[in-house]
Amino acid sequence: MAIKIEMPKLSDTMEEGVIASWNVKEGDQVSAGDIIAEVETDKATMEVEAFDEGTVLKILVDEGDAVPLGGLMAVLGEEGEDISDILEGAGDGGSSSSDDSGDQEKAEEDDKEKNAEEKEEKEESSSSDSSTSDDGRIKASPLARNMAEDKGIDLAKVDGSGPGGRIIKADIENYKEEAAPAAAAPSQQFESLESKEVKVSQMRKTIARRLSESKFTNPHFYETIDIDMKPAIAARKQINDANEDVKISFNDIVVKACAIALTRHQYVNSSWSDDVIKQHGDVHVAVAVAIEEGLMTPVIRHADKKGLAQISSETRELAGLARDRKLQPEQMEGSTFTISNLGMFGIEEFTAIINPPNACIMAVGAIRDVPVVENGEVVPGKRMKVTLSSDHRIVDGAKAAEFLNTVRQLLENPLAMLL
Amino acid sequence: MAELQFREAIKAAIDEEMDREEKVFIMGEEVAEYDGAYKSTEGLLKKYGFKRVIDTPISELGFSGIGVGAAMNGLRPIVEFMTFNFAVLALDQIINHASKAGYMTGGQISMPIVFRGPNASAGQLGATHSVAYDSMYAHFPGLKVIYTSEPDDAKGLLKSAIRDDNPVIFMESEQMYGMKGEVSDEDDYIIPIGKGKIKREGSDVTVVAHGKMYHVAKQAAAQLEKDGVEVELIDPRTVKPLDLPLIVESIKKTNRCVVVDEAHPFGGFASEVGFLIQREAFDYLDAPVQRVTLPDVNAPFSKPLFDAWLPDAKQVIDAVNQVTYRN
Repeated sequence: MAIKIEMPKLSDTMEEGVIASWNVKEGDQVSAGDIIAEVETDKATMEVEAFDEGTVLKILVDEGDAVPLGGLMAVLGEEGEDISDILEGAGDGGSSSSDDSGDQEKAEEDDKEKNAEEKEEKEESSSSDSSTSDDGRIKASPLARNMAEDKGIDLAKVDGSGPGGRIIKADIENYKEEAAPAAAAPSQQFESLESKEVKVSQMRKTIARRLSESKFTNPHFYETIDIDMKPAIAARKQINDANEDVKISFNDIVVKACAIALTRHQYVNSSWSDDVIKQHGDVHVAVAVAIEEGLMTPVIRHADKKGLAQISSETRELAGLARDRKLQPEQMEGSTFTISNLGMFGIEEFTAIINPPNACIMAVGAIRDVPVVENGEVVPGKRMKVTLSSDHRIVDGAKAAEFLNTVRQLLENPLAMLL
Repeated sequence: MAELQFREAIKAAIDEEMDREEKVFIMGEEVAEYDGAYKSTEGLLKKYGFKRVIDTPISELGFSGIGVGAAMNGLRPIVEFMTFNFAVLALDQIINHASKAGYMTGGQISMPIVFRGPNASAGQLGATHSVAYDSMYAHFPGLKVIYTSEPDDAKGLLKSAIRDDNPVIFMESEQMYGMKGEVSDEDDYIIPIGKGKIKREGSDVTVVAHGKMYHVAKQAAAQLEKDGVEVELIDPRTVKPLDLPLIVESIKKTNRCVVVDEAHPFGGFASEVGFLIQREAFDYLDAPVQRVTLPDVNAPFSKPLFDAWLPDAKQVIDAVNQVTYRN
């Protein structure tokens, strides 16, 4: 009896997984518990294990290809077993067998046509969410194709809302170009880089979906505060000098300051949930980590209760895992607040998009050498700007300002964090 | 404008043409002394006499042959069938002779004949009395086919049909004879064969429906309007030659099309129109053309089965929702 190996649900939000690698090939013998493949989900690269033993009779998906949840990836069984039945059904993306046995006598041809179409649609939509099918062909109505050509829109960038992901008129009308095309080029000849199309990774899809949703749904507003970092610089030097095996960063200090401020301003440590605002009892601070293909947000749990040394070592470990794409979903879930720091790139200040379901995100800029006025005299100062993006459904301007002032007080009086 | 029943519009057209041209005469079962099985020749016997209003025996092949011969010899006969379901008996005359004589004689023989009568189903009449034949006649070169939906179209087009020098199949419906409608009282009111009409303007979807199905589509359009869908309803009126430019222009505006046809699906009017649209308007389509037709099943007698068999407004609405991606 052959056994189908289907794409498992490896994270709460995954809709499809990309086969990162196969650890077995056709003909291999596997036992229950063997890791047969690595699958890239929207969150991480995860291992898929076999639950049964047998011979790998067929591998249906190439490395690098996406499979929808429940889609057939491979077939296990006894050597020489006939699996043509299973392979025939493979087209419907592993969805439960279609029930078209009933109403056969109702030979109404129109209905038959409709049934056939619906079945087709099911097959199409389960095999792919975007408008491209496995063969890379973009499905678009002839009209949509023409409109896209007239407007200079690349169909590959348009999501199709029709059956099977077909791009239709409405999709072209609603399409918004991310950037206006450059002005007409002068008639000079330039060497150009090769134009290419980069396949959208699972991570990019997730970033695109979540951040678009956040930016378009949450009414963002922004408040920036300038913080005197001299005391924090001194405190960091003292700590790092005193302990050889500890090396805390400014970001660790900012995480700690925010975590403490969040316990005092619980409305910032909350989530919008339609009928209610959830004010979280625990403070879990996510830290945005830039990696090669995008960005991840590992979470420092109970950051308010942890010391700087622990925050520092955890952050370093999680960032390392993130860069290796080894973060587990539970290490990325459950944040109540997020910090994004671009100070190391010399960015003076910036605004960040709220990381759902958080109410706020804080964007941290670089520490700058600036002249400041102290006691009526201009003296050298160390200043850092932080910008809080808040969801106005939850947090109002004055409340956000109060939170920022607490953060500033803590950073300007680091000893207060010990309280 | 005068409000006339469908049967009165038919009679007015025949009357005016008989009055205008002495070579026009009508024959068929019950057309004379009984004033027509559906009273569409009422009073004509009294006005024109037995020589031009002729009762025939129940012999469709025979009297159709007489009609074809009369047309060959220069008269302009109108042959009435009690229903086109009975005209199958006369197919040798209609298809082998009427449609081909002009062609086979290199145009030496003209065939100014009209075959007319009710077409398609009319309630619980059983499988042999419920067939829509317009697609079948339209298959044959040499025949023009008209199946109108409203009295005004019927009058203007029947007059054109009688004046045409080619054989014309002119179709009506038992269920529409009593239907009233405004009819132009313009002198010598003529509608050219091959001209369709936009009977309702809309921007979201083009629905093509003729004959009895026009009224089904009209009902669907009224429902859809409440849902915010504006249907452009085209009645081609003439099945062949088809007013394709009218349909194509409409689709350029709406980008979607549903064809409603009272015939069976295989090789019918809806398939032909669907084909022509994909060829002529491919680049304007935002969805595959859908059709609503009879199923590929003979007419049932039972009332519930019959109701399920005949296309209704709901089926049209479903098809419109499909092409407008609203389902």
